Amino acid sequence: MTTLVTLPVLLPILGAALTVIGSRSARLQRLVGIVVLAAVSVVAAVLLVAADRTGPVVVELGGWPAPVGIVLVADRLSALLLLISTLVTLAVLVYAIDQRITDYGRDTASTTFHPIFLLLSTGVSLAYLTGDLFNLFVAFEIMLFASYVLITRRTSASRIRSGMTYVIISLTSSLLFLSTIALVYAATGTVNLADLATRVAALPPGLQTVLALMTVVTFGIKAAIVPLHFWLPDSYPNAPAPVTALFAGLLTKVGIYALLRTQTLIFPQVGPSTVLLVIATLTMIVGALGALAQNDLNRLLSFLLVSHIGFMLFGLAVFDARGAGGTALYVVHHITVQATLFLVSGLITRRTGTVSIDQMGGLAQRAPFLAILFAIPALTLAGIPPTSGFVAKLALLQAGADGGPFTRIVAGVVILASLLTLYAMVRVWIRVFWGTAREPLPDADPADELVVGTAATSRPMYAATSGLIVISLTIAAAAGPLSAVTGRAGTDLMDRLPYTTAVLR
Amino acid sequence: MSTDHHRTPSWDDWDYPEGEWMLSGECPVRTNRTLMLEMAARVLFPTVLVFSVYLLIVGHYAPGGGFSGGLVAGLAFVLRYIAGGDAEGAAIGSRIRLRPPLLVGIGLLLAVLAAFAPVAFGNPVLSSAMLSVDVPVLGHVDLVSSLILDVGVYLLIIGVVLDLLRSLGSAIERDEREARR
Repeated sequence: MTTLVTLPVLLPILGAALTVIGSRSARLQRLVGIVVLAAVSVVAAVLLVAADRTGPVVVELGGWPAPVGIVLVADRLSALLLLISTLVTLAVLVYAIDQRITDYGRDTASTTFHPIFLLLSTGVSLAYLTGDLFNLFVAFEIMLFASYVLITRRTSASRIRSGMTYVIISLTSSLLFLSTIALVYAATGTVNLADLATRVAALPPGLQTVLALMTVVTFGIKAAIVPLHFWLPDSYPNAPAPVTALFAGLLTKVGIYALLRTQTLIFPQVGPSTVLLVIATLTMIVGALGALAQNDLNRLLSFLLVSHIGFMLFGLAVFDARGAGGTALYVVHHITVQATLFLVSGLITRRTGTVSIDQMGGLAQRAPFLAILFAIPALTLAGIPPTSGFVAKLALLQAGADGGPFTRIVAGVVILASLLTLYAMVRVWIRVFWGTAREPLPDADPADELVVGTAATSRPMYAATSGLIVISLTIAAAAGPLSAVTGRAGTDLMDRLPYTTAVLR
Repeated sequence: MSTDHHRTPSWDDWDYPEGEWMLSGECPVRTNRTLMLEMAARVLFPTVLVFSVYLLIVGHYAPGGGFSGGLVAGLAFVLRYIAGGDAEGAAIGSRIRLRPPLLVGIGLLLAVLAAFAPVAFGNPVLSSAMLSVDVPVLGHVDLVSSLILDVGVYLLIIGVVLDLLRSLGSAIERDEREARR
């Protein structure tokens, strides 16, 4: 059973090795990628059931016990996020493979795309499962290095420029992370998360605050919370649709997961955190207002992503079991819906030849199915009942209502930001899908990876997008059991004992 | 090739790479070759490779291991590339008859399999076993199973360095030549 915990990390590496060796056979690469991600999904589901029934599943690598050895831990939160992330990655892979087939007329083998894609999945899995701070850093690095390749490969000079923003910001945050780990290790003599939970509590309060703030800034850059969000709308929208979908869906959420894990486990506090509540409010409002000012569809979605990062931060800032559980549920919902929206945006761009909302119009007449594909995740993001967005927001609002007067005010901001999201989505809907139909614009930059305006889309691309929508609807349908699991996950996070006793036997 | 390569070099630009990233082996001006470096590279190449294998093996107890061993072996190829340039780079590829990505893939595969292997014997992932033997000439030798993982890392790193030489070395030289044409 414990060996299973290593599979989500090792299987994608194995897949990456096989796809490099078989880099002349596109069919083999495709098969390996899909089989590996499907297998990891199954493993994640098994781990989730096991963690929910019998508590965290812990594996000690090489048989060395914690806190000296390295442990991988699958508790309710990490197994759940692992499951949803892998499912989304699988859908995005299907979309990406088929986009390549459609663009090049045949399936092309590549020594970079498949291995790097699987390594990105390795990094994400390791970030969720790792039980020590330094391996969290390693996981982020695997993830980021893979993302540097994906965001800059086969692209034009202007997009490389915006990719460089992303690379430099990420390197800065990695440097900060490494310094934080050094400080934590110097102060406590350990990097094991469960061990840190007791040792940090013995440090002077000032030092605790400094370390907590450093982790918040580090993960805040990765999660794109205001005012550390500025890089995101400049870099994400310029990548090909599947890459943007994957980054928007997963990478920022891994930052939120790291925040949730470290703040609850290592730096716990009693009652709502005023600093985090203020940051969450700013993030929600700045993101939503930023979205209203955009004319580029992908930039608009990126600002909405920033806004909704604020929602997740709000759940954490309440600092009780309900808030943490609400954040977990919101992350699950948001990974799915944000990836879906970027994939749909890719499909729209292929139809219209542009990302500029002004130059679209009447798409509902030419592509009615695409209109439905956009409408469902748009309403989900805004949180209209009975979608998963509504369920997740309800969990956050309940937590906010119980937290005290200040959290109640911020809960009001959540509703306001939701309304702004709805407004932004309705504007997109009216200007893109209603009105007189326009002819698609020609591809402005035929040399790069982004092929647009050809209307050439194949069934699997629609199938992958629809699959994500089905997952999103399933989250809404299974809201009862799912929110029960995230509720228990929230209780675990606040209780801390299930995690620490499982690791430090 | 551009015409300025065919002019007679003056005595002070013999050692001077003109515009190219590195001095190419197929450089038409014989006097532009750095014979000292080429000879040194030929002498050092096998020595450095042997040293890299030494680093790989002692890595369990002493400084070294698959990563540093692989880097040192990679540097041996870098030295040949600097001395001989593009043609030497192509010769490296044809001599070992492996595409660098293949080397990376095999190394990665070996490392992952070495991580999984203990599970077959009922041990945790990544755990290692040791075999102590007394060999007539070498004396007491400890063979650790994690050496297999290190060999994987060693191959991977060599593959990465060769791939860098290919993509950032000879490919850039080729692009520059084509741009000049």
